Amino acid sequence: MKEKARIMSKEDIFRSLKRIAHEIIEFNHGVEGLAILGIRRRGVPLGKVIKEFIDKTENSDVPFGIIDITLYRDDLSTLSSKPKVNSTEIDFDLNNKLVILVDDVLYTGRTTRAALDEIMDYGRPRSIQTAVLIDRGHRELPIMANFAGKVIPTKKTEVIEVKTEETDGRWEVLIVEKEKK
Amino acid sequence: MRKHLITVDDLSKSEFMSILEQGKAFKEILTRPIKKIPTLRGKTIGLLFFEPSTRTKLSFELAAKRMSADIVNFTASSSSLKKDESIKDTVMTLDAMKIDIYVVRHSSPGVPYIVADHIRGSVINAGDGAHSHPTQAILDVYTIWERFGTLKGLNITIVGDIKYSRVVRSDIDAFLKLGAHVTICTPRTLLPFSVSSLGVKVNFSVKEAIKNADVIMGLRMQKERQDSGLIPDEVEYNHFFGLKEEILGSLNPKVLVMHPGPINRGIEIDGEVADSEFSVINEQVTNGLATRMSIFYHLVEA
Repeated sequence: MKEKARIMSKEDIFRSLKRIAHEIIEFNHGVEGLAILGIRRRGVPLGKVIKEFIDKTENSDVPFGIIDITLYRDDLSTLSSKPKVNSTEIDFDLNNKLVILVDDVLYTGRTTRAALDEIMDYGRPRSIQTAVLIDRGHRELPIMANFAGKVIPTKKTEVIEVKTEETDGRWEVLIVEKEKK
Repeated sequence: MRKHLITVDDLSKSEFMSILEQGKAFKEILTRPIKKIPTLRGKTIGLLFFEPSTRTKLSFELAAKRMSADIVNFTASSSSLKKDESIKDTVMTLDAMKIDIYVVRHSSPGVPYIVADHIRGSVINAGDGAHSHPTQAILDVYTIWERFGTLKGLNITIVGDIKYSRVVRSDIDAFLKLGAHVTICTPRTLLPFSVSSLGVKVNFSVKEAIKNADVIMGLRMQKERQDSGLIPDEVEYNHFFGLKEEILGSLNPKVLVMHPGPINRGIEIDGEVADSEFSVINEQVTNGLATRMSIFYHLVEA
C-alpha cells in the first residue's frame, strides 16, 4: 500500500461531521424519532461524534446502536477465510424510528444493503437515511448517501483509509494505492 | 479446508475461543423480533440421528433454521437401515444429494468417523455412544465463560454417573484444555477404569468435592444402572451423591449449578437446587442454540 494523499485532517473530519449533524436535524425537522446506528467498525466512532453534535445542538439524547453486518454479507461463500462476527447492539425499539445509518466510506453499496436487511429484522423504521464521511463512487447497487462529508471520485485501484481515534489511535483520511502484484 | 467436529480435540484452543467469542453475536440474534439470519442460505444440513434424541436434535434443527439453511432429517427408525442397508451405503446415498454438514448421533462410538470417510461435507458429532459429545462441551464451556470471562484456574466439580457419560468425557477435555481444575465425584462403582488418565481429581464426598467449587455440574443418573447392580437404589444414591437442598446454604453467591439435562429431580439433583438462583440449567439450553449456530458458521465451507 502506497500513500498517495492525506485528504482530511482531524479538524476537517470534525467540521464535516458537524455539518452532517446539522443537516440531519434540518432534514428531519428536529430529533423527534431519530436513532443513530453505526456500522462496525468505523461507522461506530463516526456515529458517536454525530450523535454528540446533534445532542449538543438540540439538547437531546438520541438513541445509539451498533450494527455488525457480517452475517448478512453477500460474499461469504466467495471469501477464503471467514470474517469474524461481532455482536449487533441495539437496545431500543426500531419501529417507527428515523434511522440514520452511519459508515465511514460508501463504495459499492453492498455493506449498506446488508445493513438495510439486518435493520428490517429488528422492526419497521419510518425511514432509513445514510450518512457517510466519504462517498467514493463505483456503486454496484442503487444506494445513495443522504448525507456525505466529502464526495471523492476515485480509481478502483485506490483505497480510502479512514482512521479514527477509537480504531486507529488518530483521526485522518488517506488515499492509498494498492501495490501491484 | 473441510473440517469436522468429532471430538473436542478437533479444535485448537484458538478455534475453540473463536467459537465462544462469536457465539455472543449469535446469542444476540435469539433476542431479536425476527430470529433469522441469511448466513447459510443455500446450504443443506443433514440430521442423521441413528439413535433417538429430543433436545439435541431440536437444538441443531433450530440453529440451522435460524441461519436459513435447509434441513433434511434422517431417523433410523423409519429408514432403510431397517432393511439392512449399511451405514456406508446410507451415507453415500445422502452425499449424492449434496449435503454440506452432517450432524450425526449414533449409539456406537466412532460412527461419525465412518460417516466422514464417505462424504464430501463436514461432520458434527452429536453424540456417539460413550465416546464424545463435543457440542455439549462447547455449550457448557460457553455458559461458564460467559459468567466468569475465563476458565483458567476455576474449580469445576462434576457429580454423578460418570462411567458411561459421553458428556463428561468431552466436558473434561474441554475444561482442562482451557485451564480449569476438574474434580469428579461419583460412587466407586461408577468410576471409569481409565480415571487415572483423565487428569482430574476424584472425591467420594459431595460435601468435600463442592467445597471450593466455582461450578457444580450434575449428571443424569441412567436408571438402568440400578438394574445392573451398580447402585443399590435411587433413594440411597440421592442420599449420598445427589445435589441436595442442604448444599445451597454453603455455596458462595457466584457458584453456577449446571446439568446437561434431562434432569431426574430428586435423584441426582433436588428440585430446590435445580430451580435455585445458582442454577443456569435453562441458560445452557439457550447457549446450546447460540453455540451450535457459531459452530455451523465456523464449519461450513465456502
